[in-house]
Amino acid sequence: MLQPLHNGGAPTGMSPDWPMGFLHTYGPRADPVTGLAWGLSIISIAVVVIVTVLVLTGVLRRAGRGEVAALRPVRGEGGMQWIYIGLALTLVALLGSLVWTVTVLAEVDSPASKPALTIQVTGHQWWWEATYSGDDPSRAFTTANEIHIPVGQPVMVKLTGADVIHSFWIPTLTGKTDAIPGRTNVAWLQADQPGVYRGQCTEYCGQQHAHMAMYVIADPPAAFQAWAAQQRQPAAQPAAPQQVMGEQVFVQQCGACHTVRGTPAGGVVGPDLTHLMSRRTIGAGLLPNTVGALSGWIENPQAMKPGVLMPPTKVAPVQLAALRAYLETLR
Amino acid sequence: MTAWEDSRVPETADLTQDVRDRLKEIWEEKPGLLGWISSVDHKEIGKRYIVTAFALLIVGGIEALIMRLQLAGPERRLLSPEAYDQLFTMHGVTMIFLYASPVLSGFSNYLWPLLLGSRDMAFPRLNALSYWIYLAAAVFLYAGFVVGHGPDDGWFNYVPYASREYNPAFNIDIYALGLILLGISTTVGSANFVVTFLRTRCPGMSINRVPILTWGTLTASVGNILAVPSVSLAFFLLWMDRQFGTHFYDANQGQPLLWQHLFWMFGHPWVYVVVLPAMGMVSDGLPTFCRRPLVGYTPVALATVTTMALGFGVWVHHMFATGLPNLALSFFSGASIAIVIPSAVAVFAWTATIWTGRPRITTPFLFFAGMIVLFVIGGVSGFMTASAPLDWQLTDTYFVVAHLHYVLIGINVFPVVGGLYYWFPKFTGRMLDERLGKWNFWTMFVGFNVAFLPMHLLGVMGMPRRVYTYPQGMGWTATNVVVSLGAVLFAIGVLLLLINVAVSLKRGRIAGDNPWGAPTLEWATTSPPPPYNFAVIPSVASRHPLWEDALGESTARSRIDHGLLLDRGRETIATSPLDAEPNLILEMPADTPAPFLLAVGLTGIFAGAAGHWWWLSGAGGALLVLALLMWFWPRRMHADEPEAEPAHV
Repeated sequence: MLQPLHNGGAPTGMSPDWPMGFLHTYGPRADPVTGLAWGLSIISIAVVVIVTVLVLTGVLRRAGRGEVAALRPVRGEGGMQWIYIGLALTLVALLGSLVWTVTVLAEVDSPASKPALTIQVTGHQWWWEATYSGDDPSRAFTTANEIHIPVGQPVMVKLTGADVIHSFWIPTLTGKTDAIPGRTNVAWLQADQPGVYRGQCTEYCGQQHAHMAMYVIADPPAAFQAWAAQQRQPAAQPAAPQQVMGEQVFVQQCGACHTVRGTPAGGVVGPDLTHLMSRRTIGAGLLPNTVGALSGWIENPQAMKPGVLMPPTKVAPVQLAALRAYLETLR
Repeated sequence: MTAWEDSRVPETADLTQDVRDRLKEIWEEKPGLLGWISSVDHKEIGKRYIVTAFALLIVGGIEALIMRLQLAGPERRLLSPEAYDQLFTMHGVTMIFLYASPVLSGFSNYLWPLLLGSRDMAFPRLNALSYWIYLAAAVFLYAGFVVGHGPDDGWFNYVPYASREYNPAFNIDIYALGLILLGISTTVGSANFVVTFLRTRCPGMSINRVPILTWGTLTASVGNILAVPSVSLAFFLLWMDRQFGTHFYDANQGQPLLWQHLFWMFGHPWVYVVVLPAMGMVSDGLPTFCRRPLVGYTPVALATVTTMALGFGVWVHHMFATGLPNLALSFFSGASIAIVIPSAVAVFAWTATIWTGRPRITTPFLFFAGMIVLFVIGGVSGFMTASAPLDWQLTDTYFVVAHLHYVLIGINVFPVVGGLYYWFPKFTGRMLDERLGKWNFWTMFVGFNVAFLPMHLLGVMGMPRRVYTYPQGMGWTATNVVVSLGAVLFAIGVLLLLINVAVSLKRGRIAGDNPWGAPTLEWATTSPPPPYNFAVIPSVASRHPLWEDALGESTARSRIDHGLLLDRGRETIATSPLDAEPNLILEMPADTPAPFLLAVGLTGIFAGAAGHWWWLSGAGGALLVLALLMWFWPRRMHADEPEAEPAHV
C-alpha cells in the first residue's frame, strides 16, 4: 500500500499540485475555516479592486501634466462624505467578518463526538515523535513522522516540544498549533476521506526547520486497527546471519539514540525505529524510504540534511551492509 | 498675549539681510572633523539618519536578493542552512530596526523644525546623541555577522532556540545587547519629538494646524516610549538567562511564552511606529499635488492616534497558534479587526483628496498614490490574518511574508521614496530628475508587485516561512521563480533611485524655495534652508500658511517676513502646548562633541558586556561620565547678561 511520496496518496478531489494547500480541506476541523478563508478573501479582493479603481479613476479623471506650482490651489468641497460612506461600508464588512470569525472559532473548538483516540505528538529538532498510548499503557507504542488515524473519526493530538518550539500543521486537516516545551497544547483533527495528508513544522526551530515534514495517513478503521496492532509488536527476531550481525551493529552504533523494541537498543534521542520499514519517508519527509536512500543516510546524514543531530555512522562496509540488511527486517 | 515665563519679551522685526548675516554667524557649524562630529543641527542629523538608513536598506536588500537566489529553485544548495538563517535574521533586523524607523526619524528630524516654524528640535544635543547611538547600534549588530556569528533566530528571536543551550555562540548576546543599545537611541529620540511637538511650534500653530506628518511622528514617539521598555526588558532578561543562568524563559522553571508576550507587546506597536509617520508624509504630500487641502484633517489626525492606541491591544494576533483560550483569541481577533477602522479613514481621506482635487502626476505623487493601493493590499491581508481561525492556516506561511512586506515596503518604503522626491529640493536645493523618476516609480511598483503578490499564493499553497529551501512536488517552484525575478526588478528600481540621486545632486534643476507650490512652512525658507531655518520666527494663521491667498478661508494671514527676532545667541521660541502662544525664549545649546563621546562610551560599555571584557566596559563608563560632565557643565545664560546689546533692535 506504499503510495508515491508527494501527491499520489492525495484524497480524491485534492489538488495533486498543491499537497500543502488549504483551499480544499477534508475534515470538520478545517472545513469551516476554509469557508471563512474564501469569504474573507472575496471581501478583501473586492476592497482592493474598489479602492484601486477609485484611485485610478480619480487620478486619470482630472489629471494634468503642467507645472504643479502653476495651478492655483482651491478650497475643495465635498470630500467628507467619502469618509462617512466609506466608513459605514467598512463597518458592515468588519462586523460581519467578526461574527463569522467567532462562529467558526466556536465551531472548530472541539469535535462533535468523543475522540476515537489521543496521540501524544512531540516536536524534536527536526522530526516528529508520535506516541499512541490509549487507556492501557501496556498497549502504548511510539512511531515517528507518520501519524495513522482512522477515517471519519475525530482524533485528539496532545502537543509539546522536546527542545525548542515547533508548530504542528496539516493544512488539509487542521490549522497550526504550537508544540511548546514545558506546555501541552491540544489540537484535534479528523479526515473524512482516506488518503495521505502532508504536514510540516511551521515554527522556525533551527537549521533544518525546512526539512521537518510529517504525514497523516487516514485509513479505514479496520486497516487502522491492523496497523496499530502491527506497530504494537516488538521487532521480529532477525533470522539470517547477516541480519543478526546487523542487529549487533545497530545496538552498538545506534542504540544510544534509537529504540528498537525487543532489542537492547533503547535510546530516546532519535526516532523509534521498531517498524522503520513501515514508513514511507526518512529524515522527516526528506527522502523516500528506499534502501539506497537509507544507506546513504546512515553513512552521512549531514550531507543530506546539514546540521541534523545524527552523526555519520563510521563502520566497515561489511558492517554497514549488515546494518542495512537488519534495518530491512524492521517491518 | 500670555505671560512670559522668566525671559525677556522678544522684539519683533522684519526679515532683513542684516539679521540673516548675524544669525548665520551664530548658528553655522564649525569647519573640520570636530565641527562635523559636534554638529547639533537637526538638518545635519536628519540627513545623516536618512543616508545611514538608506545604506542599511541597501545592505538588507542585498541580503534579500541572496535569499531569493537560494529560493529560486527547490533544494538549492547555494547557501548552507546556517548562512541562510543568519541572512534572514539580519535582513529582518536591518529592515525593521535599522532602516524603517530610523529613516522616518531622519525625515522628521530634518523636517519638524521647518514644518513647525522653529529653529531646531527642543533638545538638539539629545538629537545628536540619538543618531550616534543608532549608528553605533548598527555597527554593533553587524559585528557578529561579519565574523560569521550573526544572530540566526530571526528578528523575533524566539526562546528556547535563542537560549544558550541551542545557541551557545555570542551571536544572540550581540543581538540582545545591540537592541537594548538601539532602544536607548529610540527612547531619547522619541522624548525629543514629544517635547518638540508640545513646546517649540511657532506662534499661532495650534495643534489643529500642524501637518499630519508631525501627528504621525508624535504618535509613533509616544508609542515608542511605551513599547520600547518591553523589548529592552525582554532582551535584558534573555541576556541574564544566557550569561548568568537565570530562568526567565526556561521551559521548566520559567516560561518560553513570556518572551513572545514581551516581544510582541513591543513588536506590534512598532509596526505602527514605522508606518504612521510615513502615512503622514502621504497625507501632507498628496494635497500639494492635488492642489487642495487634505480631506478630513481632523479625522485623519484622530485616526493616527487611534491606530496607535488600538495597536497596543493586538499583540496576541502574533500568537494565535500558541494554544491560548478561545476567549482571548476572540478578543484579540476583534481588536485586530477594529484597527482597520482608522486605517479606512486614512484611505478614504486620501482617495477623496485625489477625487476632489486636480492631481498633477509627478514622481512623488505617483509614489504617494501607489502607496494607497499597496496600503490597502497590506491592510486586507492583515485583516484576514486578524481572524484567529483563519490565521491558524495563514500564520508562518508566505502569506504573512507577503502581508508584512506590503505593510513595510508599501507603507514605509514607497512614501519614503516619494518623500525623498518631494523634499529632495528642500534638502539640496536641486530637483530630482522627473523622467528618471517615473521610470524609477514604475520599475519599483511593478517589481514589488511581481515579487510580493504571488507570495500570497505561495502561502495559500502552504509554503512555510523561514525555510532555507523546499522540496520538489509541492507546487511552489514556478511561483518562487516569479518572486525571485520580481525581486530583481524591484532592486533595479531602487538602483534607478540611487542613480537619480547621484546625478541630480550635481546636475539637478535648481529648485527655488517652493518648487511644488506647497502649502506648509518648510517651503517658506530657502532650499536648502539656512542653519537657523527662519531669520524671524514665523507666525501662523491657518493650516496652509502659503496657500492662504488662494484658499481665501479667512482674512487672517500668516507672517513669514515679520516676526519675533531672536538673535542674542542660539535662541528659539517656546509656545504653549495647545494654542501655541509664545511664552519663553529657549536658549539653544552650541555645537558640542559631548553626544558623540557619550555614544562612544555607551558603546564601549555594551561591547565590553558582550565580550566579557570588563575593562572595556569600565573605560566606556569613564568616557560616559566625562561626556556627561561636558554636557551638563553650566553655561553662561544669555538671559542673565546685562542688557548691553541694544544695538540689535
